[in-house]
Amino acid sequence: MAPTMLGVVLLVFLLFNWVGGDPAYVLAGKISNQEQIDNIRRQLGVDQPYYVQLWIFVKQILTADFGASWSTNESVSHILMTRLGPSLTVLIPLLILVTIIAVGLALAVAYVRGSLTDRMVMIVCTVGLSISILVYIIVFQYVFAYKLGWFPVQGWGNDFWENLIKYASLPILIGLTVSIAPNLRLYRTFVLDEINQDYVRTARAKGVGENRIMWIHVLRNASIPIITNLMAELPGLLLGSFLIERFFSIPGIGREVILAVERSDFPVIKAITVYVAFATIITNLLADLMYKAVDPRVQLK
Amino acid sequence: MPIDTALNPSAAPPREIPHAVSPGLWTLAWRRLKTDSVAMVSLAIVFAFILLMIVSGLGLIAKDWAKEVGINYAPPSWITLGATDAPPPALPGGAAEPNVPAGPTPGSAFNSTVVDPLADVIAELKGGKPADAGAAGGDDNKVVDPLADVMKDIRSDQAGAKAGPAAEERRATLPFGGDKWGRDIIAKTIKGSETSIFVGLASALVAVFIGTVLGAFAGYYGRWVDDVLNWFYSVFSSIPYLLLILAVAAVLQQKGTFTIVLILGLTGWSGVFRLIRAEYLKHKGREYVMAADALGASHSRKMFLHIFPNVSHVVLVQLSILTVGFIKAEVILSFLGFGVPVDVVSWGSMLNEAQNELILGKWWQLVAATIAMATLVTAFSLFTDALRDALDPKLKGRTGH
Repeated sequence: MAPTMLGVVLLVFLLFNWVGGDPAYVLAGKISNQEQIDNIRRQLGVDQPYYVQLWIFVKQILTADFGASWSTNESVSHILMTRLGPSLTVLIPLLILVTIIAVGLALAVAYVRGSLTDRMVMIVCTVGLSISILVYIIVFQYVFAYKLGWFPVQGWGNDFWENLIKYASLPILIGLTVSIAPNLRLYRTFVLDEINQDYVRTARAKGVGENRIMWIHVLRNASIPIITNLMAELPGLLLGSFLIERFFSIPGIGREVILAVERSDFPVIKAITVYVAFATIITNLLADLMYKAVDPRVQLK
Repeated sequence: MPIDTALNPSAAPPREIPHAVSPGLWTLAWRRLKTDSVAMVSLAIVFAFILLMIVSGLGLIAKDWAKEVGINYAPPSWITLGATDAPPPALPGGAAEPNVPAGPTPGSAFNSTVVDPLADVIAELKGGKPADAGAAGGDDNKVVDPLADVMKDIRSDQAGAKAGPAAEERRATLPFGGDKWGRDIIAKTIKGSETSIFVGLASALVAVFIGTVLGAFAGYYGRWVDDVLNWFYSVFSSIPYLLLILAVAAVLQQKGTFTIVLILGLTGWSGVFRLIRAEYLKHKGREYVMAADALGASHSRKMFLHIFPNVSHVVLVQLSILTVGFIKAEVILSFLGFGVPVDVVSWGSMLNEAQNELILGKWWQLVAATIAMATLVTAFSLFTDALRDALDPKLKGRTGH
């Protein structure tokens, strides 16, 4: 875990300080003389040798102080803290709903496996998956918000409940439409993996009801790959919603990344990349701990 | 025996004892694939698209996609529009510029040949947003148009071209409608398909190449090589994919089809690496590798001439999975303006234009790009599933497909 984190720091450092070239030129813009550039270089510390710069970067990560954003002069840590809330307002309800609906549908489809319904659901999923998320967002925003006026076209308020009910509902709906299909496909295979196991036959033989087999026996055993998948998706979702955040002007992490890339705002991208990577590593660890809770047979080394 | 026949070719070759050649992996897989009608139809569609890409790339079709053959936002010829939406056809000679059909835009105020029909809508959208979001991040509410400068250039060029006597009569309708500048949507979609499929295929090739080589080294040599490469892998895979792409796009600072191939290829190899590494771990202890070793084959020979053909089916499946993924990624990147340059059209840049056109009720570009992409991606995904099942029948029962 520690070596991986170190690696992420190194990779981001190399990417921005070495591949990216001299940030002073990006920052100074086109009209600048050598003196100004030297000044900026001194401020950023890029006139130092690489190992000193790396140490500066490590210190920045540890103290969570990345200085100010290049384009808005807002402190990067403040940007991160204020953008996290809106992202989570969309993300957490979305994650809960997607999981419940996808697991429920997967079990339901597994009941009728091999039937016409099963095949139709899978075909719909495959076709649905092949349409770009952009099309869903464009069409949903146009139809439900612009034409029908059921939801606000875009925006974000101050009140949590107003945000959740008024502004986040259409983004969550789009998120559901986009993520149920792949999850359903995946969870269906997890459930089908379990459904042919001996313990299912044993349970049937001793007269356990079909519902209990599905929802207690099979679900519990299928939950390990489901948890793996959920945990793997978690940090990606934070960014996966970035298109939604951009379209609906939700001031979240994802939109901040896009804005930062558009403005070449390196400190913001660096900070978000490093922290999201750390979050990924930690959720992977959490997933391991959850296996133990779900399945007592799992031994942690 | 071979010398005999060589010296005396007219003589019938000695009859060889017929022995049954057991079909190889690829022959068997192909046989299985042929019985699967869904797979064959998908394969045909994928081939048709690739053929389209090649033909269009060679300039045989859709070469003059950028030519403005119709009036602005020419509707598809097979729908009947209301009188309000149908602008008067342009007069020959190019003296009269066709009006932009969007009613509310005060075009004359700008004294420009092409006015932005969205100005009002965008202003409205901006105004409609709550002000507190802006307080947090300066110009947060700015609708960033990465194409603004180039559009200006294009417009002024266009204005120059119009003045010339060469302007032809533009058609009021086109087979599948026209875009903002009256370019034929069908030709544009073909050109966009060319870009998107090319980027998808090329970057998948790059990613598969990197993943295979690194995976082969890690799995074959093991020990510290494996440790180092595994560490490398876990570093890359712990940064979410899209974030990594965006970070690289931010750093590279330049747009181009080649750049985007490089970005996608350099960031997308980790899945291939893991699978190929596992395959090499499995294969390096097999008898045929030991036999090659005993014959004195070098490491690279064993890795790439002996083991590689036996794991190439994994590579092929990964290649098609990645192609689909990269086509989707390219569409998103180009949509955001970090992908292909502005003078290149791709499905992503078409969707970008279509977003604004839809508000005006001009849906055809959106539909064209969506249909083209959905058809290819569906066919490709179905084919990939079938290919995986055909190459690894054991998997079929397990995954329940």
